[in-house]
Amino acid sequence: MAEPHKSGTTQPAGEHKGGFPPFQSQTYASQLVWLVIAFVLLYVLMSKWALPRVGSILESRQKRIDGDIAEAGALKAQSDEAVAAYEKALADARANAQAIANETRDKQAAAAESRRKTLEDELNAKLAEAEKTIAATKAAAMSNVRGIAEDATRAIVERLIGTAPSDKAVADAVADALKR
Amino acid sequence: MAANDPIHQFQIIDLFPVAKIGASEIVFTNSAAFMFAAVIVITAFLVIGTAKRALVPSRLQSAAEISYEFVATTVRSTAGSEGMRFFPFVFTIFMFILTLNFIGLIPYTFTVTSHIIITAALAITVFLTVLLYGLYRHGLHFFNLFVPKGVPLLIMPLIVFIEVLSFISRPISHSVRLFANMLAGHITLKVFAGFIILMGSAMGAVGWAGGILPFGMIVILTALETLVAFLQAYVFAILTCIYLNDAIHPGH
Repeated sequence: MAEPHKSGTTQPAGEHKGGFPPFQSQTYASQLVWLVIAFVLLYVLMSKWALPRVGSILESRQKRIDGDIAEAGALKAQSDEAVAAYEKALADARANAQAIANETRDKQAAAAESRRKTLEDELNAKLAEAEKTIAATKAAAMSNVRGIAEDATRAIVERLIGTAPSDKAVADAVADALKR
Repeated sequence: MAANDPIHQFQIIDLFPVAKIGASEIVFTNSAAFMFAAVIVITAFLVIGTAKRALVPSRLQSAAEISYEFVATTVRSTAGSEGMRFFPFVFTIFMFILTLNFIGLIPYTFTVTSHIIITAALAITVFLTVLLYGLYRHGLHFFNLFVPKGVPLLIMPLIVFIEVLSFISRPISHSVRLFANMLAGHITLKVFAGFIILMGSAMGAVGWAGGILPFGMIVILTALETLVAFLQAYVFAILTCIYLNDAIHPGH
């Protein structure tokens, strides 16, 4: 199609003598007819076939990219969630351990406290009993002291003056002396 | 014949007649052949490139996707997301002109966009699309386009006149820009190529050796023309978007 031959039968439209080719108006009708046909044909081919085809390829690629990005985002959210769950589990475990430790410590402390208290009470009771025994012994000793003192006083007075004093006088005198 | 004639490359050559409408004969020409070649190339590029629908695109698929996203970004940034309803239209215009420009850069080919009737027809298509969609969408409010806000009443008639004039002259500048760029670039390339032949045939071996200079120019110009081929297609497409934006948002 590079160098078309002039067909001998038809009169070539303007064999150079017709002037400057772009201004040879006798060629206009033919050019316009073929331009319209070619242009409309190209327009229909483009708008109905080629452009929707290219457009759909671009669109599907864009959709694929968007889908991949969305998927990546979802996966990232999922992994974030997993990390959060892990952290939460860790924190829970830590808190749990803390609670158990606290509870155990409190229990131990309470047990120790109660043991200490019973021990103390026991000791106090023993102490009180001992004090009571001491007091009783002291009272007994005191009353023995008085009896001995009265007997001694009577014996001494009898030896000195030869007569035994009355019990009452001896008891008064002893009580008076003990009071001092 | 006419090896040195820089105009010869723009000649419309009849291949076979097809029909007769009134006085004018409809002929399948070299121009028509290249237009259909462009249609096939563009469709093949986009459909074969995306044949595998790969998630990670091959080079060809990547190129097809880049062309799609390039035009989509251009439309969205100049005409807003509402302008995306015209995306197939703008894409067709851009790829059609771009492919015709690039095919025209190959030696011995024909550059369809170097014919004013083609660029004018495309520009008028855009113009009518803007006008009709603007009227359909906004009714008579579409003509607010010609009445900028905050202009003193005194000079309003003048401003409206200028706005209307600039609106009507849009298809002219729109079409002539592409046409003239392609025409001038191809003539320049041909002229420099002609120098080589001239020097060679006039001065023999010395001339052929000296022909290296215009040949170097051709290499540089071809690079420039490749840029121009892309740039003009892009300019045509972005102007289309800007004009469509006027139809979608007529308020200044």
